[in-house]
Amino acid sequence: MMSEKSKPRIGVYVCHCGTNIAATVDVEAVAEYAQNLPGVVQARHYTYMCSDPGQTLIKEDCRALGLNRVVVASCSPRMHEPTFRAAAQEGGVNSYRTEMANIREQCSWVHHDKEAATRKAKVLVASAVAKVTHLEPLEEREAGVHPGTLVIGGGVAGLSAALDVAEAGFPAYIVEKSDRLGGHVAELGHTFPDLEPTADWLAPLIRRVEEHPAITVMLDAQVEEVAGFVGNFEVTVLQGGQAQQIDVGTIVIATGYQLFDPSRKPEFGYGRYPGVLTTWELEQRLATGDLVVAGRAPQDVAFIKCVGSRDIQLGNPYCSRVCCMVAAKQAQMVRQALPETRVTVFYIDVRAFGKRGEEFYDEAREAGVRYRRGNVSEVYRRGERLVLRVEDTFLRRTVEHETDMVVLAVGMEPRDDTGVISALLKLPRSADGFFLEAHPKLGPVDTTTNGVFLAGCCQAPKDIPDTVAQAKAAASSALIPLIRGTVPVISETAIVDAELCAGCGMCVDVCPYGAPALDPLWGVSRINAVLCKGCGACAVTCPSKAICLQQFTPEQIMAQVDVLTV
Amino acid sequence: MSDESFEPKIVAFLCNWCTYTGADLAGTSRIQYPPNVRIIRLMCSGSVDPTYVLKALLDGADGVLIGGCHPGDCHYQSGNYKARRRIIALKEIVKQAGLDEERVWLRWVSASEGQRFADVVTQMVGALKEKGPNPLRQEWAV
Ligand code: FES
Repeated sequence: MMSEKSKPRIGVYVCHCGTNIAATVDVEAVAEYAQNLPGVVQARHYTYMCSDPGQTLIKEDCRALGLNRVVVASCSPRMHEPTFRAAAQEGGVNSYRTEMANIREQCSWVHHDKEAATRKAKVLVASAVAKVTHLEPLEEREAGVHPGTLVIGGGVAGLSAALDVAEAGFPAYIVEKSDRLGGHVAELGHTFPDLEPTADWLAPLIRRVEEHPAITVMLDAQVEEVAGFVGNFEVTVLQGGQAQQIDVGTIVIATGYQLFDPSRKPEFGYGRYPGVLTTWELEQRLATGDLVVAGRAPQDVAFIKCVGSRDIQLGNPYCSRVCCMVAAKQAQMVRQALPETRVTVFYIDVRAFGKRGEEFYDEAREAGVRYRRGNVSEVYRRGERLVLRVEDTFLRRTVEHETDMVVLAVGMEPRDDTGVISALLKLPRSADGFFLEAHPKLGPVDTTTNGVFLAGCCQAPKDIPDTVAQAKAAASSALIPLIRGTVPVISETAIVDAELCAGCGMCVDVCPYGAPALDPLWGVSRINAVLCKGCGACAVTCPSKAICLQQFTPEQIMAQVDVLTV
Repeated sequence: MSDESFEPKIVAFLCNWCTYTGADLAGTSRIQYPPNVRIIRLMCSGSVDPTYVLKALLDGADGVLIGGCHPGDCHYQSGNYKARRRIIALKEIVKQAGLDEERVWLRWVSASEGQRFADVVTQMVGALKEKGPNPLRQEWAV
């Protein structure tokens, strides 16, 4: 093993991230600059450092050039620090002697000015080099895992996730706010794209969950508090005014969505005219067979799509992804129930993606449903009937359409309580208000909080097959720590220099985890590394400067300050 | 202030869990803000040693930003409360040393507040442009 005080031999790797970084930062200039920084043996730039060839580049340099420290200038360490630590380790460099310069999130993505961005990227790299110079090697450590997964939400997503966890042999706990399982889907009579009765597949799913010995269902319950970290979450659940603690290793969030409230689009007359319904209400009517409006069967039914979706003014620029198919489904069912009734769907675009989506749309038209491209600007009453004012975008003129029933294809919105869960688990949300996945492509079910995963519409609107797919993905990710049985825990703990410690005990008072204790024999502080969470509070508090937090020592940080202030 | 071309230098100490992640979110959301800020990642605002802030100011930083989780949200329970008390004391010291304590900002920015992070930086750059360069930077310039 190399000596702790070994002379720095640093490799610097500047990532283009395709064009994400390279379009704004002159990566070549940054690498050239890095080459001349003290201790740097090799500086390179490459299209994708995180790719296999990128990592191989690092590993090979480590061995060939005898590097003992690695700096990667790329994305946030929250994204790829584990990747590069592993690469360095494989190249024979202690993984804790790596440091990342975040030149994407902190630089190329937030600045347009190329010169300024390149200058800043150089400084950030210099800061990382300064820090890595002072980093000491650390050992990897592990902690045990509470076997079990908490699933928040008992809709289709939560049910599917819980079932997979349980089938793998681990306990799953479903915490559901309402008094029943099945979520929104339980209110649907039929599902697209095959007009199958929902109960045919949902009821057996619910039964399997309820009867599964490894699944605990808690209804009328909600999560009150979450403490701990991946592998060791302590969750307080409130049920019937009573709090109980559940210890789990991982958490799946499957809290779903809420429907758009169409009274926020007053121009459509929802709540004012009894003939204006939401798709949700029509679903109930179709189930009971009661389609009567104003005392008789409607001769004409008009659907308005994208209500509350793709609407920038409302702050919902996104597509809710199911409304097109819901309208196609219900329009067909109205035609089946009332073959004499004219059914028209007013649309901006028809999005019939997904397996059998396009065919289903064709089937709706074959069933006599008329599709008319146009923006509906208003719904008003004329005598007994309702009138839609439509801007026909093909004819480029405004037309009127008389009807008896108007059906608003309402979209999905993030639930009002998304903020509560987001605060409990420290989860960021995307601009649309849904939970933000860790990576749009590579981590669509992961979150920035380790051990917490997303399933279903709490992440973004989606249909049932996509929801189940994501739930199964979330379950399999949630199972990884449970199956391994251990999770890595931080090695960056605080340590005491007994020579300097005066035994004042301030660290004992300040630590929220009870990690430091005074040694009864020597009268100096000792820190229990298992309990230490690495916050650094003791280090700052210690009047003798006898404690330091490894990887964040004053020496390392001062070195960064030095570089950043020139 | 007088010098139009003055670009303030800000050293930011951000806690890993909230403000650093908030800054990442500003990035993933492509929210633009001035490039004057250079970030040092710490685990918690409660581990910002006053000496780091003093050193940055003495070395000529025009401003120092300390960012942590909102009160009650600290990943380590109470680090941000400790930071708040400590920074109040620190500002007193900064003032006694004849420096402008308003060059030191403590702000709470959560992991989901990318826009707020960008706003804080933008505001701080504006305020520091008003103030002009840290006098220590000028004195020490060669
Ligand atoms: S972790 Fe953010 S302030 Fe403590």
